[in-house]
Amino acid sequence: MSEHLQLLLFALVYCPFSTTVVIPMVEKDPETTLYTKQHSSKNSSRFELAPIPEKGILLAWLRQMLLIREFEVRTMQAYQNRFIGGFCHIYIGQEAVAVGTIAAVNPDDPVILAYRDHGHALARGMDPKHCMAEMFGRVGGCAKGKGGSMHMFDADHYLYGGHGIVGAQTPLGIGLAFATKYEDELIKGGKSTHVTLCYMGDGALNQGSFYEAMNLASLQDLPVIFVLENNRYSMGTSIERGTSMAHDLHVKSDAFGINHAIVDGKNALHLYRDFKPIADWCREESRPFFVEAQTYRFKGHSMSDPRKYRTKEEELVEESDDCIASLATFLSDEYDITTDAIKQMTRQVKTQVRQAVEWAKKSPDTPIEELFKDVYTDCWGPYTGTSKPEMLQEGDDE
Amino acid sequence: MSVVASERIIEFREALREAMSEEMRNDERVFLIGEEVAQYNGAYKVSKGMLDEFGPRRIIDTPISESGFSGLSIGAAMRGLRPIVEFMSWSFSLVAADQILNNAAKMLYMSGGQFGCPIVFRGNNGAGGQLASTHSWSVESLYANVPGLKMAIPYDAYDAKGLLKTAIRDDNPVFFLESERLLSTSGHVPEEEYTIPFGQALIRRSGTDCTIISFGRPLHFCLEAAEELAKDGIECEIVDGRTIRPLDIDTMIASVRKTNACVVVDQSWSFASVGSEIASQIHAICFDELDNYVHRVHSDDVPTPYAYNLEQAYMPNTRKICEAVRAATYNS
Repeated sequence: MSEHLQLLLFALVYCPFSTTVVIPMVEKDPETTLYTKQHSSKNSSRFELAPIPEKGILLAWLRQMLLIREFEVRTMQAYQNRFIGGFCHIYIGQEAVAVGTIAAVNPDDPVILAYRDHGHALARGMDPKHCMAEMFGRVGGCAKGKGGSMHMFDADHYLYGGHGIVGAQTPLGIGLAFATKYEDELIKGGKSTHVTLCYMGDGALNQGSFYEAMNLASLQDLPVIFVLENNRYSMGTSIERGTSMAHDLHVKSDAFGINHAIVDGKNALHLYRDFKPIADWCREESRPFFVEAQTYRFKGHSMSDPRKYRTKEEELVEESDDCIASLATFLSDEYDITTDAIKQMTRQVKTQVRQAVEWAKKSPDTPIEELFKDVYTDCWGPYTGTSKPEMLQEGDDE
Repeated sequence: MSVVASERIIEFREALREAMSEEMRNDERVFLIGEEVAQYNGAYKVSKGMLDEFGPRRIIDTPISESGFSGLSIGAAMRGLRPIVEFMSWSFSLVAADQILNNAAKMLYMSGGQFGCPIVFRGNNGAGGQLASTHSWSVESLYANVPGLKMAIPYDAYDAKGLLKTAIRDDNPVFFLESERLLSTSGHVPEEEYTIPFGQALIRRSGTDCTIISFGRPLHFCLEAAEELAKDGIECEIVDGRTIRPLDIDTMIASVRKTNACVVVDQSWSFASVGSEIASQIHAICFDELDNYVHRVHSDDVPTPYAYNLEQAYMPNTRKICEAVRAATYNS
């Protein structure tokens, strides 16, 4: 328990923007946490929990989650200091979803996102400096400052973008799965070996494009996982107010013969153990899946959201179940990872993010010639073709 | 400029099919997707027989789900496949507007040059014949407003094949606007392979008195009007723009410098249209060489009516074009 108290102290010091973070007692037994629900759809099968990954991997996850948390804290600061403009959506509280799901797929599996996308980009391997510089609107950004916070693209990491229109990424996501299957089976003449992660928020549950995407994914047997990050609010509207059957979302995918699972979006380990077998199954069977990760957005919808639509009490309860704290607790209990070790990791991450911010500040403004670049691949009229962002050129040097 | 030596005459729809089939044989990344394209052999028989040759993995039937299958195809294009998306009618593209305008046209820019979108959207555009308002869209002005896409409008079988092959090979999203009313028209199409570059207008009739600029099906009425006007000694030069993005304004200007009068015939509505854009560019570039302001013929500024007589009156037609040319040349 003293270890828990130390962790509590660490969390209090660590999270300058939340009033308090209480370390939860980890009561869920990892051996019995099979949330996966099976329904009467074709290819229905039972899943075994994935084994608990080794310590080094769990430490890497913790580091990733700390990195995302710190990155987002500094993003909020930079926004308030006017280095970042436009719409900016903070991922704090949901880190376990990006980290746990991306850990369950291969580095060359396509990933596509909605607009709360910084965390996934970092979990996927984008250098924080390019992510930050993108939001600063600088040439060193992943998209040369042309996309901003909502549009994190990284071709080297098979990251097909954050997308700003709610639900509009879901047809694109099934298209990525269509393409990998087409490439693997028709062009290479082998078996389909990829699975696409298509993330969406609960707001996308109410967009028609999602249902068109599910229908086509089922008809075409596409290996795609719709990862629903149910953080309970679409902008300022609670899921109960905006989504029919909010208490039982499996009905949404049942109608399309698509399997459904609920996973713990606040615990990377639980999530991974449930999610990895699902990802493997989709890859093997070339079928879609609808996975609901139950989580909570600790901050507002965007930087301008005063969160008047929910109570402080609710936020405190939710924040007391923090994915970073729960993984830290697990590592402490099971592997004797000391508070000092975690503090040191935290310091390293803070340094890394501080350096990313400094790098972004020093990255030059995107040159005005870029205005007419990347509109078309070829040159005609005022259009001057296309060019690689700095981020990918670095990849060429290596 | 394109002297067609071939004796072979085929239908417009066959020319489209040949373009797609040849490109699919040349490049395994190309596939055709849309409503009724496979088993039904195409709602307008454009893809007739293609399922037999290429199989259901490359000729793909979809449900009536334009947003879904457009988005699917754009996602596939982001990975380097080269989809041809058939809209049964461009009128139905409106429910996929977010996908085709936001995702296809802007992807390259938003991703800082990382992910392009080599895709062709094609289908019938314009009033088909008493289909009433929702099914009679002429989308050229609506969509030409958006940077990042290209737009081609073939008038005859030769152009249909040559422009579509270019569209399929293009690394950018191409909006390819056909006309139901032209699909059964026939024309010379050589056996030999050819393509037609984008941004090269074609002089379809030479004349000295007035330039008429148009695209696609209205050219038929322009040609009719020119014959009628010739009887009165007014010789029109007809410029087929062929592509709207890129726009071959140079060929149009050269013609206007010769005739000193210009009429633009555009079947979309007049307000903020392709017609108004071309007129504006001509006014800006050769203001001093015009004997009159650029006259324009559009569909009337009302929803497309069903009744035959109203629909005929609504569209650009020979009578309206003749009136405009007479007015532009001070012959009215």
